[in-house]
Amino acid sequence: MSESIVRALKCRECGHEYKIEPTHVCEFCFGPLEVVYDYDKLQGKFTRELIESRPQNMWRYKELLPIDGEPKVGANNGYTPLVKADRLAKALGVKELYIKNDSVCYPTLSFKDRVVSVALSKAVEFGFTTVACASTGNLAGSVAANAAAAGLESYVFIPEDLEQGKVLGAAIFGTNVIGIRGQYDDVNRLCSEVAGKYGWAFVNVNVRPFYAEGSKTLGYEMMEQLGWKAPKHVVVPMASGSLCTKVDKSIKEFIKLGLVEDNQTAVYGAQATGCSPISKSVKDGTDMIHPVKANTIAKSLAIGNPADGYYANKVMKESGGYAEDISDEEIIAAMKLLAETEGIFAETAGGVTLGCAQKMIESGRIPRDESIVLCITGNGLKTQEAVLNEVNKPRIINASLKEFDVLAEADGVQ
Amino acid sequence: MKLRVYLNFDEKSVTDPVIWKLAKEFDVITNIRSASVKEGMGLVGLEIEGHTEMVEASVRWLEAQDGVHVEPIEQNIIEG
Repeated sequence: MSESIVRALKCRECGHEYKIEPTHVCEFCFGPLEVVYDYDKLQGKFTRELIESRPQNMWRYKELLPIDGEPKVGANNGYTPLVKADRLAKALGVKELYIKNDSVCYPTLSFKDRVVSVALSKAVEFGFTTVACASTGNLAGSVAANAAAAGLESYVFIPEDLEQGKVLGAAIFGTNVIGIRGQYDDVNRLCSEVAGKYGWAFVNVNVRPFYAEGSKTLGYEMMEQLGWKAPKHVVVPMASGSLCTKVDKSIKEFIKLGLVEDNQTAVYGAQATGCSPISKSVKDGTDMIHPVKANTIAKSLAIGNPADGYYANKVMKESGGYAEDISDEEIIAAMKLLAETEGIFAETAGGVTLGCAQKMIESGRIPRDESIVLCITGNGLKTQEAVLNEVNKPRIINASLKEFDVLAEADGVQ
Repeated sequence: MKLRVYLNFDEKSVTDPVIWKLAKEFDVITNIRSASVKEGMGLVGLEIEGHTEMVEASVRWLEAQDGVHVEPIEQNIIEG
């Protein structure tokens, strides 16, 4: 079955509905638009068996994505491991811990491959031939790679001080990389102007409502891999706050369609203290997001004026979750803890997620005896600068057994 | 041209009649499309209409106001 159940784009503020087209803002109240579906059309047809019979990629849930028919871009993307993290669980003193490991997402090692494949598929459907994005790094690489594979022209706009790994990780695909003097919010501002003038598909501007829906596949996979169960607690990193809202939406959709039972899942958000407008609002008990100037090593989360901050705040409050933020030193410590206990080298955002989870476990916000999923969204190889001076340097010896014997003895090796 | 922006006001600027001052200062039509004010903070969705130079100058003026953060919703040139 492949009948589209997409109904419309709907304003999250005033509820006004629009037909499916490349637009993201309500003409009446300027509120953000979101894709809405006629779930009733799927009742009884979209089953666990149907999903399990399909290839292991994010499109096994295609009925819940806003595309017509088959994907045009990124047909193999998604379906990353859900790792039962027993060693990390022991270190944190919790009973049941999982890592949804999008640091190995195909093809560019971040969860952005999910959103980009939906955005570019939709862009192709709309007839665009040039795609673009404002990016803190991961998105640039993903847009560049997926556009290259689909034969689309691409432009990616990034802050000029981005990690080398992320710049290279976009440039290799032959895209046009434009470095902007300023922060991500300045890049974003320029892109909203470029989008209006050049008529390109900007994945996080004019095709944003479709793009954002791709994040839901992380949540669907998490529940399927848990044995068709929703976790009790899920912790996600927050930049714009979009992932937080979409993980929540994915759980609600699976409950609505009878694919999982309602487990009263609480959604928690994680930020770096150097850019924590959403976590601050949650901790202050308000729903207003104060824009900040970002200053953190977690550059992929450095969005000072988060577009979905208000909605992420609402999800955390309504689901019974919370938000936390940690310092750059704590981010590095958490990156090392994840690497040393589970063999997963996450980027700085992964350190943020784990470090904040740890803080919320210690403060009692997240109970120790219930299932917890941490969403790790990017790969550490892209942000090596953050830990370059934090790991042991190789000890250099000659190719001599005698020299190694001395070293081994010093290590206490028997 | 018409330009759509979100204006964020902090606790210092939230009680200032900034949009009134803007309309006094520049020959533009200001059209508030959404607004939320609470807890020492305000968020306004504003449409500014006028000659291109005038609209651009008015945005520069807004950006220079203490405690006001201007975020373009998109550059949507309808005319001019």
